[in-house]
Amino acid sequence: MQNQLSEIFKAHEGEKGAVITVLQKVQEKLGYLSREAISEVAKFLRMSETEIFGIASFYAQFRFTPCGKHVVRVCLGTACHVRGGEEIMKTAENKLGIERGNTTDDLTFSLERVACFGSCALSPVMVVDKDVYGRLTTTKVRAILSKYNAD
Amino acid sequence: MPINETLTFDEIRQKAVTEWDAWKKSKKPRILIGTATCGRAAGALSLLDVINNSLRKLRIKASVTEVGCIGLCFLEPMVDIIKPGKPRISYGGLTPENIPQLLEDYLINDNPRPDLALGYFGEDKVDGIPSFFTMHVLKPQVRIVLRNCGSIDPTNINHYIANDGYSGLVKALSLKPEDVIEELKKSGLRGRGGAGFPTWMKWNFCRNAPAKEKFIICNADEGDPGAFMNRSLLEGDPHSVLEGMVIGAYTIGANQAYIYCRAEYPLALERLGIAIRQMEKYGFLGDNILGSGFDLHIKIKEGAGAFVCGEETSLIASIEGKRGMPRPRPPFPAIAGLWGKPTNINNVETWADVAVIMQRGGEWYSQYGTEKSKGTKTFALVGKVERTGLVEVPLGITLREIIFDVGGGILNGRKFKAVQTGGPSGGCLPASLLDSPVDYESLTAAGSIMGSGGMIVMDEDTCVVDMTRYFLTFTQAESCGKCVPCRVGTRHMLMILQRITRGEGEPGDIELLQRLATTVKSGSLCGLGQTAPNPVLTTIRYFREEYEDHIYKKKCPALVCKELISFYIHPDKCRGCGICFKNCPVEAISGGKKMIHIIDQKKCIKCGTCFAVCPKRFSAVMKVSGKKMKVPRKPIPVATQKVTRKRT
Repeated sequence: MQNQLSEIFKAHEGEKGAVITVLQKVQEKLGYLSREAISEVAKFLRMSETEIFGIASFYAQFRFTPCGKHVVRVCLGTACHVRGGEEIMKTAENKLGIERGNTTDDLTFSLERVACFGSCALSPVMVVDKDVYGRLTTTKVRAILSKYNAD
Repeated sequence: MPINETLTFDEIRQKAVTEWDAWKKSKKPRILIGTATCGRAAGALSLLDVINNSLRKLRIKASVTEVGCIGLCFLEPMVDIIKPGKPRISYGGLTPENIPQLLEDYLINDNPRPDLALGYFGEDKVDGIPSFFTMHVLKPQVRIVLRNCGSIDPTNINHYIANDGYSGLVKALSLKPEDVIEELKKSGLRGRGGAGFPTWMKWNFCRNAPAKEKFIICNADEGDPGAFMNRSLLEGDPHSVLEGMVIGAYTIGANQAYIYCRAEYPLALERLGIAIRQMEKYGFLGDNILGSGFDLHIKIKEGAGAFVCGEETSLIASIEGKRGMPRPRPPFPAIAGLWGKPTNINNVETWADVAVIMQRGGEWYSQYGTEKSKGTKTFALVGKVERTGLVEVPLGITLREIIFDVGGGILNGRKFKAVQTGGPSGGCLPASLLDSPVDYESLTAAGSIMGSGGMIVMDEDTCVVDMTRYFLTFTQAESCGKCVPCRVGTRHMLMILQRITRGEGEPGDIELLQRLATTVKSGSLCGLGQTAPNPVLTTIRYFREEYEDHIYKKKCPALVCKELISFYIHPDKCRGCGICFKNCPVEAISGGKKMIHIIDQKKCIKCGTCFAVCPKRFSAVMKVSGKKMKVPRKPIPVATQKVTRKRT
């Protein structure tokens, strides 16, 4: 663990207020913030684990459980809500067999809600990994998710 | 150390202009494609591949440039083609299927395809194609902040410089800081983050605060759902924001700046990073900027997904690496901000305005807008409107002009019901206020706020009680929990609204909501709590009957609230085609070939898919509220009468 993270730590040695940036980089590397990772970050920053967890748990971006190979993010922002974002989410939940905020048992998909991607003019919107899909319908959602399932 | 510190700004500019001119007068055809996030959502990246492949197949050498978004999101993906010696022509709504033909027709056979063209730019006319800026969506707009978006390559600093970029910085550096402030005062610019505090005054406070170390911050934590003005600007023209920041830092006397940008905007973050590296190379950033003796370093801080961090004191806490919670003011950040030092925070759009004001002068800027609200403002026009997109209009324009002239009215010819300005902290304004001007004072008087510029249009099919519940779900979840009235109050308001939308509303709920809303408003430290009740208060003020319908008649007039509506298949109309059966996402429909289909009300998630896919000529799926329909218990054969098709 320490070896994996030492590069990140080195880049932020002695930097003021680096906690969040460090946590972001750790999560990018490991996929989530494990107990051990939090403990390493705490050691590096000379803070307590509770403090680190307190900061991390405040922000929606941080995950404390492993996430799936594909991360499906359904937008539930205002524009998407008005144009049926909730139905898109329900269809995704149904298709993947998990509720929002969860990961499938085979670690293929994680399903998350996002407050807004800023692609409101193309609502409703869903982002799978880094691909943005706009002007969705429930039928399109099922087709898109099947595509990733086949990969 | 800048690599070309020997070059003066004039030499840099000369080089940029030469490059720009060579690009504009290129002997090869030029193709511009909008690949900002919104363009990508519409498929711009796969379109780009198709374009490159077609050009190879047609053996055409062309320059293809990725540009930002021009704001006409409803026409995405968009491509502009400029043939040597011909005007620039813009095309919209393109697909991988029709673009190869368009390239062949225009680039080889010289047919500009007026059927696909939106308009041409400049003076030279093109037969059969209108001028781009006479389009209804653009006519009322004044593009100052967005002037470069969609026209320049946002990853090429020379494009920005060739279009007057950084001349504002050069001018500012030649002036005394107090003269820069004087120029801003003349412009009448007010904070574009929503509160509308005069920018020159804010800068002056921070400038006059006694301290050796000061900071400036660019607030790019655009958290309002339904707003994407800042994202588009950062993706389409990042240098305009950065130029404003250097001017501000020089005026205030700060040597360190931060940009706090949401992690949900990866492309904006990437382009900011590129832009900053280019500035350092040219000596617009770093030590001894353009030989003035002034130093500035800019650092990008990625947000981690907390709406409350858009609030200045929370944002500062987050940069310091703490939980992003607000603190009481005073002391204001201008006196004690980041790490206790004087700090000036402005929104992305404000910084971009500063750059153009220094380029063209305060007086020039103040010709737009009204007496108290000068200049232009960008809005993200979304929801149930025909032409969704990013618009920039002079302040003082009416809501009607924005929604009906720019936005083209309501989608599918439905009736306008309300418009939400200012995101979840704004208010819902009804049709009777459509003619009120959009400026800071008028919107506040109507119970809403200017906000950062989200504008969500709702039609008669939108339930305002459901909308309010939605906003409260958001603000309740995003409340940081520091102030009890906000933490507990938003939760209780949400619970009451949930009850009402479930059909369990009780007499007295409306009054209780109003009392709670007033308490939360007055008992919260930061903007989140102070404005979270706005949607509740404005919807009760303007749409009280709808609340009463939900509470007393258990009816949702807009047919939205799931617990109050149901879908039925009309047994006399169903022809047993099975389309609804095939499309139902939860397998709630039973039936068979030539059988009347039945919806299992227990399984139905009320998604409306069956309602949407049922062929128009049958229209067998019914959506009702406040009543029940009689249907067979099990699928039975369709009666043997013939289908009568309507002639059209």
